[in-house]
Amino acid sequence: MSPYVPSGELVERAATGETAAIGRLISRAEANMAEARGALAEIYLRAGRSHVIGITGVPGSGKSTLVASLTAKLRRKGSKVGVIAVDPSSPYSGGAILGDRIRMSDLVMDPGVYIRSMATHGSVGGLAHATLSAIDILDFAGFDTIIVETVGVGQDEVEIAKASHTTIVVSAPGLGDEIQAIKAGMLEIADIHVVSKCDRSDANKTLVDIKQMLTLDAATSRLPAWRTPVVGLSSYTGDGYPELVEEIEKHRAFASGVKPSAAREASIASFRLQKTAETLLMDRFATSSARFRKSITERLQKRESDPYSLANELLTLSLG
Amino acid sequence: MLTRPIRVLLAKVGLDGHDRGIRVVARTLRDAGMDVIYSGLHRTPEEVVTAAIQEDVDVLGVSLLSGVQLTVFPKIFRLLDSKGANDMIVVAGGVMPDEDVLELRKMGVKEVMLQDTPPDMIVATLTRLVSERGER
Ligand SMILES: Nc1nc2c(ncn2[C@@H]2O[C@H](COP(=O)(O)OP(=O)(O)O)[C@@H](O)[C@H]2O)c(=O)[nH]1
Ligand SMILES: [Mg+2]
Repeated sequence: MSPYVPSGELVERAATGETAAIGRLISRAEANMAEARGALAEIYLRAGRSHVIGITGVPGSGKSTLVASLTAKLRRKGSKVGVIAVDPSSPYSGGAILGDRIRMSDLVMDPGVYIRSMATHGSVGGLAHATLSAIDILDFAGFDTIIVETVGVGQDEVEIAKASHTTIVVSAPGLGDEIQAIKAGMLEIADIHVVSKCDRSDANKTLVDIKQMLTLDAATSRLPAWRTPVVGLSSYTGDGYPELVEEIEKHRAFASGVKPSAAREASIASFRLQKTAETLLMDRFATSSARFRKSITERLQKRESDPYSLANELLTLSLG
Repeated sequence: MLTRPIRVLLAKVGLDGHDRGIRVVARTLRDAGMDVIYSGLHRTPEEVVTAAIQEDVDVLGVSLLSGVQLTVFPKIFRLLDSKGANDMIVVAGGVMPDEDVLELRKMGVKEVMLQDTPPDMIVATLTRLVSERGER
């Protein structure tokens, strides 16, 4: 694809489902390229048809394996499926190893499946800012269902719930900390709880624990009338998958009932606005604060003033 | 210089079942700030190219030890071309005789890094190749 293909042209090629064009648009969103901004805006205006499923849970709980099996099931029902697998960037180098694809190898040659790996790139909420654009792009390119896998390790890592129509929290036996993770704020965000690895004998205890916690915590799902189900499944045997697909469909139908759906769409839009504004603000701040930083840092280091006052001064100088 | 991390897909083609080497390279590249996608063992050229295009990587690194390089790479280039991805940088790694290295470079493989290439050199080479190509 050389020389440089204008993003506007990529939009038209992505509309016909051309993989290379979809891939390049996501890269340009990820790079925050000014040239692509108009194209992404157009895509947003023309998107909005897909069902977005967020899948989160602690590392090793079986999310990627589940995404692969679930995708295969949805494909058999005729849905085109886009998968976005988000893994954390290293806080030290900023780089990342993205290994979720290994579990999804069987899907690679299916033209009705698109898989994209993404790193969080220092985003605190567990979602890269470009994840939201990638959802738009796949939606626009005709994927009926978009599955977003993110690592969930606690309260701050559950942004995915704010960007998806159906949120699935995955727990598994044998990790020791599954209950911990649920306590740390993942209980409320789930529309569907999954206990994976139910081929293991210790899975039953995890199932019972989660059900118990759900009864203790009555106000669970964000949709008041939705009773959050707990689905036990095994990606090795396939047990439980029919039930999972059924619960997803139920939740989708439930959430498309006029009022809850509007509420969910409104909260997704509000989150989107917040997240985009934050990104813009951080970018603007990074650029405009550059020339003040050194001197203010020095003053802080010499304890001429306190962090709060100096940060305020920096903000005022940079952003007016 | 790019305004984002360099994206690399590391793939292993062929029957050989060792991935210790490629995992070490993956960590080295991550520690140099790159986003490294690892797609596992025993991939076919078709699978590797499809994944590389979906992931829109800057660099596709293919490692093989099984002596099939002279059939694998022509396939990879043909597939990349037919899918409109001829701006992808392809590099090779593994063990092979010098005459194969020359042959691969003629085909368009930008760099061949044999098993004893120091990690820093791999980082430097990929960084140079991507910055020569520029943003896309
Ligand atoms: N016993 C059992 N192991 C599983 C199952 N699903 C996944 N695993 C294993 O759990 C580990 C982590 O799986 P992965 O899908 O990568 O988890 P993730 O980190 O949550 O994405 C791998 O070793 C899988 O083989 C399952 O249904 N049963
Ligand atoms: Mg995973």
